Amino acid sequence: MRSKSSSTLRRSIALHAVLVPLAIVWLFPIWMMVVFSTMPENAIFSPNIHLIPSDRFWENFLILQADTDFLRTIFVSVVVALVYTVLSVLLTSMAGWALARYSFAGKGLVLLIILGTLTLPYFVVVIPQFIMVARDFGLANTWFALIVPPLFNSLGVLFMRQSFSMMPSELFDAARVEGVREWRIFLFVGMPLARPTLAALSIILFLASWNNYLWPLLINNRPDMMTAPVALGSLIGLTKVSWGGIMVGAVLLTAPMIAVFILLQRHFIAGIAAGAVK
Amino acid sequence: MRMRTRAAYGFLAPYLLIFATFWVWPIIYSFYLSFLATRIQPWSFNPTVTWGRLVVDPAFLNALKNTLIILVIQVPVMIALATVLAVLLNSQLLKARGIMRFAFFAPVVVGEAAYAAVFRLMFNADFGVINKLIGSIGLSPVAWLGDPTAAMALIIIAVTWRWVGYNAIIIISGLQAIPQDVYEAATLDRVSKPRQFFFITLPLLKPIILFCVVLSVIGTMQLFAEPFLITNRGGPGQATETLGLFLYRQGFTVLNFGYASAVAYTIAALAVLISLANLWLGRSAR
Repeated sequence: MRSKSSSTLRRSIALHAVLVPLAIVWLFPIWMMVVFSTMPENAIFSPNIHLIPSDRFWENFLILQADTDFLRTIFVSVVVALVYTVLSVLLTSMAGWALARYSFAGKGLVLLIILGTLTLPYFVVVIPQFIMVARDFGLANTWFALIVPPLFNSLGVLFMRQSFSMMPSELFDAARVEGVREWRIFLFVGMPLARPTLAALSIILFLASWNNYLWPLLINNRPDMMTAPVALGSLIGLTKVSWGGIMVGAVLLTAPMIAVFILLQRHFIAGIAAGAVK
Repeated sequence: MRMRTRAAYGFLAPYLLIFATFWVWPIIYSFYLSFLATRIQPWSFNPTVTWGRLVVDPAFLNALKNTLIILVIQVPVMIALATVLAVLLNSQLLKARGIMRFAFFAPVVVGEAAYAAVFRLMFNADFGVINKLIGSIGLSPVAWLGDPTAAMALIIIAVTWRWVGYNAIIIISGLQAIPQDVYEAATLDRVSKPRQFFFITLPLLKPIILFCVVLSVIGTMQLFAEPFLITNRGGPGQATETLGLFLYRQGFTVLNFGYASAVAYTIAALAVLISLANLWLGRSAR
């Protein structure tokens, strides 16, 4: 018995000897993001190593706000991510509901096209999307351009279809006997039952929209319609720029998502892991 | 029983309209575009300036080579690390599980622009904290952004930092699906922990690891923001130019839509081929 517990102890020590240093290395860039955001410019570019936060966050923020109207870009990002998440959850839930609960002509074809093109790289569609939205519709630098094209994402359809098809039919048949219309059954019986999946899906979609870089970079380049990641990226390339300010921007982009991650860790992990269970 | 009703079309229509407009149609349209000369108005059918140019364009071949080098090194390293991490983070012996998982999962929520900014500053050759730390243990500083090999290494380090936790989450979900009594039986039979890992865990995880490999291949084939932002538009020179960056230049700097579409379809074809090859290798080794 004693030998068993001592071998457990040895394994525990080995486990932590590997994981603790690795965890510190992995946390280091996020820690340094915070440290840099609080440092005066001359301290960032000095030969000394600074690993502890200083007190210049607010000054750096004011420099960032002067370099680019960052609060405006944060506002654009928040509106886009919220509206996108609500619309995408609603549209893909409805589609997932149709594919899970009804049989109809063309159902197999729709599923085949969604699944068959699921893993195609985004690059295959980005050029036609750009031509369509910017040239044919003339809608570059609009809310439409930021929100609507990314709604094609079929992840939610598959999530919601799986969630709805696992529900027993009796739940819905009882309502049908009462003469309740199909859209009310969807809205007031199906959707509430799918709450855990809806939570996981919403978090994943919000995060994807919040961090989306390539499409907003291409389609919205007017300063008042830029998203925050695009504004931050445009500063990185400049030669005369405040890096303390850029780091404040990085912190403002990252901190809300870290908070969401900590508060809703269970749903968040469920959302990522669900991608693998299909 | 599934209801047969026309209501289904009402539920499906709004999404299908978006899906057809911004996904299905563009897939078809960019294939058509890839055969057009788009540098002169009006556009005309001329695949020699798109597909024909691909095989002789040194800039494209350079981007292809860089992407494949990153792929061949980064994907195996990251997946191996993610698998080990998943097993360690899933261990019953782990203390402070929440903080430990947070350390590796947090990069998943950090956006490309934010992490690119931090990495670019940390790996600055003259004032970056990484070179300061390297110097403090007596080694000579590395020209992370000036030396072609170091710049490639930087891209690989950055991508691995960001995505290893994402893959570990997926692999942990696979680990938790393995019934515990398999391990209990093995422990009773005095099978050592490392042998349990190689002869029980790994074979049972194979499908999920292959899934991660496929996801990572598709992601790496589209690498764009890291060479765009961290190594400053694929620098030094064209040393970290990837297919994604090359497509961006052709499509959105020079506005050569036809040629960029041919590049896009090449990326898609390679991603599909490499993924299928992985799945095929995974199957035959069973």
